Amino acid sequence: MSQPAAYTIDDFHLAEEPHHPEGSSTMLGFWIYLMSDCLIFAMLFATYGVLGTSYAGGPTPRELFDLPLVAVNTAMLLFSSITYGFAMLAMVDGKKGATQAWLLVTAVFGLAFLGIELYEFNHLIHEGAGPWTSAFLSSFFTLVGTHGLHVTFGIVWLVTLVVQVQKRGLIPANRRRLMCLSLFWHFLDVIWIGVFTFVYLMGMLR
Amino acid sequence: MQTVTSPALSPIFGRFTIESLPLHEPIVVGTFAMVAFGGVVLLAVITKFKLWGYLWTEWFTSVDHKKIGIMYMILGIVMLLRGFSDAIMMRLQQAMAFGGSEGYLNAHHYDQVFTAHGVIMIFFVAMPIVTGLMNYIVPLQIGARDVSFPFLNNFSFWMTAGGAVIIMMSLFVGEFAQTGWLAMPPLSGIAASPGVGVDYYIWALQVAGVGTLLSGVNLIATIVKMRAPGMTMMKMPVFCWTALCTNVLIVAAFPVLTAVLALLSLDRYVDTAFFTNTLGGNPMMYVNLIWIWGHPEVYILILPMFGVFSEVVSTFSGKRLFGYTSMIYATLVITILAYLVWLHHFFTMGSGASVNSFFGITTMIISIPTGAKIFNWLFTMYRGRVRFELPMMWAIAFMITFTLGGMTGVLLAVPPADFVLHNSLFLVAHFHNVIIGGVLFGAFAAINYWWPKAFGFKLDTVWGKRSFWLWVSGFYFAFMPLYVLGLMGVTRRLRTFDDPSFQIWFIIAGFGALLIALGIAAMLIQFAVSIRDREKLRDVTGDPWNGRTLEWATSSPPPDYNFAFTPVVHDNDAWADMKLRGYERPVTGYRDIHMPSNTGAGVILAGLSVGIGVGMIWYVWWLVAVSFFALVAVAIGHSFNYARDFHIPAATVTVTEEKRTAALAGAAL
Repeated sequence: MSQPAAYTIDDFHLAEEPHHPEGSSTMLGFWIYLMSDCLIFAMLFATYGVLGTSYAGGPTPRELFDLPLVAVNTAMLLFSSITYGFAMLAMVDGKKGATQAWLLVTAVFGLAFLGIELYEFNHLIHEGAGPWTSAFLSSFFTLVGTHGLHVTFGIVWLVTLVVQVQKRGLIPANRRRLMCLSLFWHFLDVIWIGVFTFVYLMGMLR
Repeated sequence: MQTVTSPALSPIFGRFTIESLPLHEPIVVGTFAMVAFGGVVLLAVITKFKLWGYLWTEWFTSVDHKKIGIMYMILGIVMLLRGFSDAIMMRLQQAMAFGGSEGYLNAHHYDQVFTAHGVIMIFFVAMPIVTGLMNYIVPLQIGARDVSFPFLNNFSFWMTAGGAVIIMMSLFVGEFAQTGWLAMPPLSGIAASPGVGVDYYIWALQVAGVGTLLSGVNLIATIVKMRAPGMTMMKMPVFCWTALCTNVLIVAAFPVLTAVLALLSLDRYVDTAFFTNTLGGNPMMYVNLIWIWGHPEVYILILPMFGVFSEVVSTFSGKRLFGYTSMIYATLVITILAYLVWLHHFFTMGSGASVNSFFGITTMIISIPTGAKIFNWLFTMYRGRVRFELPMMWAIAFMITFTLGGMTGVLLAVPPADFVLHNSLFLVAHFHNVIIGGVLFGAFAAINYWWPKAFGFKLDTVWGKRSFWLWVSGFYFAFMPLYVLGLMGVTRRLRTFDDPSFQIWFIIAGFGALLIALGIAAMLIQFAVSIRDREKLRDVTGDPWNGRTLEWATSSPPPDYNFAFTPVVHDNDAWADMKLRGYERPVTGYRDIHMPSNTGAGVILAGLSVGIGVGMIWYVWWLVAVSFFALVAVAIGHSFNYARDFHIPAATVTVTEEKRTAALAGAAL
């Protein structure tokens, strides 16, 4: 807590209620939550690290991955991060309409990302490379799928926030929520860069 | 994908059939009859005295950290009775099953009993008690009005309670896991455990785990952000420091448990191959991952108790804690080392000499900061004016018992010795020695110490001392024989024995368990007697022990807002400092106080989570879908409620505080 009021060594209490800015712990709390989420991904990366070469006689990454498609997918997610940044800039300027518009653009990119991912999963399963085929594919689907579930959750949250901004405007509570979602969204980007590098790029080298 | 469908999967009831009820197990049926009777009586009493509204508005929906803390403690103590029933059943079985006798529990039932005992004692006894204590005490000790996220706190409690509901359900509907408390694959895989037992295990822990994680986040933010002015980190009470470290461990360990149980679920539900013996899976990875959570978990339990003993020893020695700074650093070192020792749980995996040496040495190093703590407590007592009140008695019993348990721990940390003692009753004796001698004795010290703060009257000492001696002697009778048996080579989780020379030790251990049962009974009587004699035991000062930290500066029980004025701290024993320097309680100038509002969203969300869990366990997919979409809808709906706080008007504060002024004046006469 910042020192709200001057006090001396002889003071044992504050005469006035200290001013706690509303939600002053929220960003810290949300960041700690994100770190715990990060650990879940760390476990999934570690699992992929251990099982990623256990093909059990099944297909290998080089046979399965369609790198150009994943590159497009990565671009979708990176664009969505940029547009989320534009939404935050509009929020700082107090432009409600522009904030909502950029948020919706972000959602569109997010949906594009999810669409491509689902297409990829569907394609793999139809090729006979589902998560039950080998330990490698179990850990691949789980890592990538968990990221995808997070993106799905992020989009639901984003749409909720667009409605809440519509109803209440850019009030401090909504700004704080937008900041939290911003942390979440960029965090998913960072995770995806890890997935793209360790799973897809390095998988092609195997 | 081949789904594991037992004969027929009903679209309405999933795999639940009337045969799922354990009607052929007379012990379970008898237990059910008793529990059902007790439950009906309880519900009838609540209804008769029209307490539902009171419970709902004052307790279930409360976001007050004090009420949530008390609810956690009640949950922990109720579940202690269940977990202990399992324990005494095992002791009886093992004392009987000799010379061809099969005992009285069949293998199917016995395996569930030892699994449920471990799971319940760790997740639904120790964890709620630890979390409850931190919830109750931390905001008071740092001079705050509540935690950072009061709604989240209520939600966390109900998720923990939801997990407890799921595990209690398994007793009467279906079965529980027969895998041991960590459900190691491939035994816990779908091929070896096709029933609902492991699924009960998974979903009880997943639901409760969400609560634990969120309460960890909440308490870290509270301790970092909500401390009273003047309370720098190094002026914080030791209990708050240990709570901070414990919550850091929770946030850094529980996601691992969530992830590894999710992977086990995927193996069981959609035939992935993480921990299977086929298709490239690796069961030892589960063992690694679960212990990466599991070892920090034991420090999650013990660190807050180190904090409790620090408060108790310093208060009842009438002295500032010896070596405050070294105590904090010792706590931090233990926090870090907690992550570097997990492999000592499976030296026998065969990682090789260098890996085993590394983990053996890190394990032994933990005894150094722990030893420093023991010496700090001893030096605090040295030349102190020691008062042997109940909390202090528990603290001394702890110091002796825990040191013993610590030493057998160092012995087990030597990899060659561990190859002999792995999975033996020596190990069982060791961890009960530290968990009972550390965590439970700490919990009892804390309950006796802070009960007057929570309820405004002290606990009865006669029954308290009876409980103390029964528990302590019972512990030694119950677990010392297990060390002997372990050294004789007896492994854990056995149901019957051939060698008659073991029997006498099991009988002694059973006698110890009986003493502990009487200790628990004495403790319940202690509570009852104290509530009956509450007027005689009343403390109106709010400071019955001549305490040293801020929680003793306010009334007992504290008002909703904790402190009428936010305290200013100049010393790490803030309240002792205030008393020393002639602090006078202000009696005028009250202001409006900003407080969070109650909400029922936590109860509803946790109830829906239980719905998801039960649906998943029994393959009732419609229940999963309905509960899930309702959960999302309620969560979104709750986020549209922006009016989450209110002000207690200065007039109300004045009324409350004037009552206290009058009470204090009455006490001074």
